[in-house]
Amino acid sequence: MAPDDPAALPDWPEQIYQVFQDVGIRQVAYVPDAGHMRLIDLCARDGNIRTVALTTEEEGVAMLAGAWLGGQRGALLMQSSGVGNCINMFSMIQECRFPLLTIVTMRGQWGEANPWQVPMGRATPAALESVGVIVHNVDEARRVPETVAAAARLAFQSTRAVAVLIGQRIIGSKKFETRKSDT
Amino acid sequence: MTRDIRDARTFVLNRREVVAAVLRSRGETLVVSGLGSPTYDVAAAGDHHGNFYLWGAMGGAAMVGFGLALAQPSRRVLVVTGDGEMLMGLGSLATIGVERPANLVIAVIDNQHYGETGMQLGHTGRGVDLAAIARAANFAAATTIETRDELDEWIPRVYRDPGPLFAAIKVVAAPVPMEVPLIDGPHLKNRFRQALLDDKAF
Repeated sequence: MAPDDPAALPDWPEQIYQVFQDVGIRQVAYVPDAGHMRLIDLCARDGNIRTVALTTEEEGVAMLAGAWLGGQRGALLMQSSGVGNCINMFSMIQECRFPLLTIVTMRGQWGEANPWQVPMGRATPAALESVGVIVHNVDEARRVPETVAAAARLAFQSTRAVAVLIGQRIIGSKKFETRKSDT
Repeated sequence: MTRDIRDARTFVLNRREVVAAVLRSRGETLVVSGLGSPTYDVAAAGDHHGNFYLWGAMGGAAMVGFGLALAQPSRRVLVVTGDGEMLMGLGSLATIGVERPANLVIAVIDNQHYGETGMQLGHTGRGVDLAAIARAANFAAATTIETRDELDEWIPRVYRDPGPLFAAIKVVAAPVPMEVPLIDGPHLKNRFRQALLDDKAF
């Protein structure tokens, strides 16, 4: 997926990491996703951030509620398919008015070649909003840092749950071999 | 190999007495209680500003305790939850087993039934061994407790041994009076943070 020329790598993962530094993120929970690969790696190499791999995304919602109870700020990284796993856990975030910052890489959206990703990808914004999570969409790489910074302020200063949806147009769609039946 | 399946009616420990005995020596321990009877059990042992009672988020108690344990490494964090709640978050045992927070203890009050919904038989009453799962998930120690002597031997370890620790405490499946603690989410959250973080809470 990554371009051959390293100089052509987009810099938005580094810019999100910089926002994490600026707002004092101390716990980063994630279910691995190719779109988040570099951000996960940057966080894992930072001695001030505890980076935790989850078995399912809802674990991260509960974990970051505990982090806030203990006085730390966190962020949850996931793919749009993971949003569906979190729905009931988000009810605790809304009822208790915990802050939540989640960065969601979108699938099933721009040029998706795996049809199984389409239903949850399409449902992601409405699913989040249905349980009180504020949604910030971003479809241009240059807008990523300001969007994440705004989401972090809304999350931690106004104590709200905020999801930044990073459009598949930014990440690029995964290439699958064309099925013979299509040719 | 088939496992010996025990009938919960043969258990001797009473859940209220178990939770009260464990919390008697809590000191500055922070406590997260899982949805249902464990929340009532923890409240019945005495309300405390260091208690965070879950009234929902089923399957999330262990991970709330885990995030709290990471944020407060100098404090013990005790999660008191039920077998049904723990089963809904089994993956979190694997996550905690990988991270191995030394200050986290999970106590499952295991009556082998869904006590809040009509006493339907749960998986732990049908051959599933939660302590064995926690052990297999790389917990520092995991045990099943059935007697008062075993409980009394375990309690000092809750506040002393390097974690993560796990115990499935088998209790009799009998109704106990409902003890309803605070329920308002923002109040519970703010009370807990103020007690723990003082002027840094707001």
